[in-house]
Amino acid sequence: MDFLAALILQFAYGIANLALVGLGLAIIFGMMRVINLAHGEFLMLGGYTVVVATNLGINIWIAMLILAPLVVGAIGVVVERVLIRFLYGRVVDTLLATWGLSLFLIGAVTAIFGPQTATTISAPIGPIAVGDYGTSGYELFLIVLTVALFSGVFAILRYTKLGLLARGTMQRSDMAAVLGVSTSQVYMATFGLGSAIAGLAGGVLAPITGVVPTIGATYIAKAFITVISGGTAILAGTASAAGLLGAMNSIVTYLTGPTLGEVALLGAAIVLLRVMPSGITGRFFRKSL
Amino acid sequence: MISRRTLLKSASVPALSFAAPAFLRSASAATPIKMAALLDQSGGLELLGTPMLEATKLAVKEINASGGLLGRQIDLISYDPQTTIQFYTQFATQAAAGDHVDVVQGGITSASREAIRPVLDRFNTLYFYNTFYEGGVCDANTFCTGSTPAQTVEKLVPYAMKKWGKKVYVVAADYNYGQITSQWVKKYVKDNGGETVAVEFFPLDVTNFGPTIKKIEAAKPDFVMSALVGAAHISFYKQYASVGLNKSIPLASTVFTVGGEHTLVAPEESEGMLVSFAYFEEVDTPANKKFIADLRANASKKINYVSEVTARSYEGVYLWAEAVKKAGTTDRAAVTKALRAPASIDGPSGKLTVEAKTNHLLQNIYLAEVKNQKLQIVESFPQQPPSDTLLVCDLVAKPDQATFYFENGLEAAGIK
Repeated sequence: MDFLAALILQFAYGIANLALVGLGLAIIFGMMRVINLAHGEFLMLGGYTVVVATNLGINIWIAMLILAPLVVGAIGVVVERVLIRFLYGRVVDTLLATWGLSLFLIGAVTAIFGPQTATTISAPIGPIAVGDYGTSGYELFLIVLTVALFSGVFAILRYTKLGLLARGTMQRSDMAAVLGVSTSQVYMATFGLGSAIAGLAGGVLAPITGVVPTIGATYIAKAFITVISGGTAILAGTASAAGLLGAMNSIVTYLTGPTLGEVALLGAAIVLLRVMPSGITGRFFRKSL
Repeated sequence: MISRRTLLKSASVPALSFAAPAFLRSASAATPIKMAALLDQSGGLELLGTPMLEATKLAVKEINASGGLLGRQIDLISYDPQTTIQFYTQFATQAAAGDHVDVVQGGITSASREAIRPVLDRFNTLYFYNTFYEGGVCDANTFCTGSTPAQTVEKLVPYAMKKWGKKVYVVAADYNYGQITSQWVKKYVKDNGGETVAVEFFPLDVTNFGPTIKKIEAAKPDFVMSALVGAAHISFYKQYASVGLNKSIPLASTVFTVGGEHTLVAPEESEGMLVSFAYFEEVDTPANKKFIADLRANASKKINYVSEVTARSYEGVYLWAEAVKKAGTTDRAAVTKALRAPASIDGPSGKLTVEAKTNHLLQNIYLAEVKNQKLQIVESFPQQPPSDTLLVCDLVAKPDQATFYFENGLEAAGIK
């Protein structure tokens, strides 16, 4: 029984992990239709922010929850201004440009910090005993954080003026502009928000995954699979796709092994997209965010 | 102020140095000896490739500073294959057929080695592979200087079993190295009267180890043996510690510390882990102290931890240089013969001797425990033979071979 509880928590974390990694991309790709291949590197930059900040003696919680999103959000705004804003509506070009950006960021970080970085930060919450079994307190925290983050983004998009303007601009930017909305600023803010969330995700994952310049590559594929499987409604889509794929991955990994677990995740995504080409929310929860 | 005398002196220097080769050296002395290095400087494996190239450069620099080889300087041509197999093949061809190098040093993963080995065989170019690997290469033209499982795992498994117990859980990277190494682990666990509870393989980009950690918790082994590789797999050690398991079920690894992993995780996350390699930065000899100091002083990039692959890249150059000196030529057949005579050097890791049946090395093996991000050497074994490869390979009896015996598992050695 204890083991079952520990196992269920583990599955929940598998789901939260996918959702967390995918949310920033859901905003940038799902809402803005910018194929951001540098998403993994945004996560990596979040991790590096935490590493640098904690090395400077800053409290790890401040570094993860405040500095990482701020720094990466700021980088996102700069990237949007100098690169992305010229490419709206040119989907394939964004792919190429952000791929270049991804290589540039890996190169720049490697040049500054070297290919191996001493990241001696460890999970700031210790293990929690569930009966006879230890479970990671920090992973519990990440599950809670993911739920909070989804709620927060939902609240922003649903209840704030910025959210309304953003949704309007993404749907019909010409009409929004006619109505007096500065669409350029809305795009900038939305891209910044997506980047900040990616930075936050990278920051909080750093203590349990470690950080090297190339760590982004391990996130990018799963982030895209989650977001694309999710479909048009970014929050409901990402959450439901993460739920389905994360559970699939965790359960199969537990029953057989990690290799088949990865196969199951990819297989589920392929079948899902064959049955529902526009993602889960192309068919269910269509009206949701 | 320049006097007439100094002016004359400086004018005569170029004239003299032009004249010198004509009567001191043979005609070929004018051309340098060419060596190519194929080591990833980007694309994922730079963690290992960068320090390996720095060590290769240092060896070449030292040899050149002491007058070169056979009176000739060594010209090091370095290619960056960018962790891409296609570039390995391309650059190996370029080095052998285009640059006409006398020797190629490099290759990091087994996949990269298997990509360039046939190319260099075809172009009759001598090849040194300086990374520890799963064993089994039997190639007259290829010298594998790194340690193999029979040298390291054979020492590590019994030591860990004696210390912790006989129930072993194996986690390994899902490719050539991890698959074959885990079979060696199983064999040695069995040979020492233990039991392998489970073996799990992980694709190289897995970062969530949660479900497996739960399985380990449920299986309650006495220790976990890891052959996990690469940046993503470092997550395993962090997540393992975040559940608190590192306190109750200790870890041993065949890979950890080779990329300085023990400095990439928090001290408490790696504390007490057992590892085994042919070299550690902490090897306490004057030769090694000097090597470490010179390497750091000459490196253009910061070197985090000096591990076996780095030291062996340096020693690989010296081993080849020793054979060239003995042979008195860079001719491939003569150098190969001198290497297998056998050639022997004293490097930072200790004495190294070529084992002529396999073209591998007799080398020192060290067992160490991670203590506060340092490696404390607990036992050392001098002059260990590559007994795994010796099971299948005899280049003395049958010199004309270019085979990789363990490519499809370990049937060749009769253990699968």
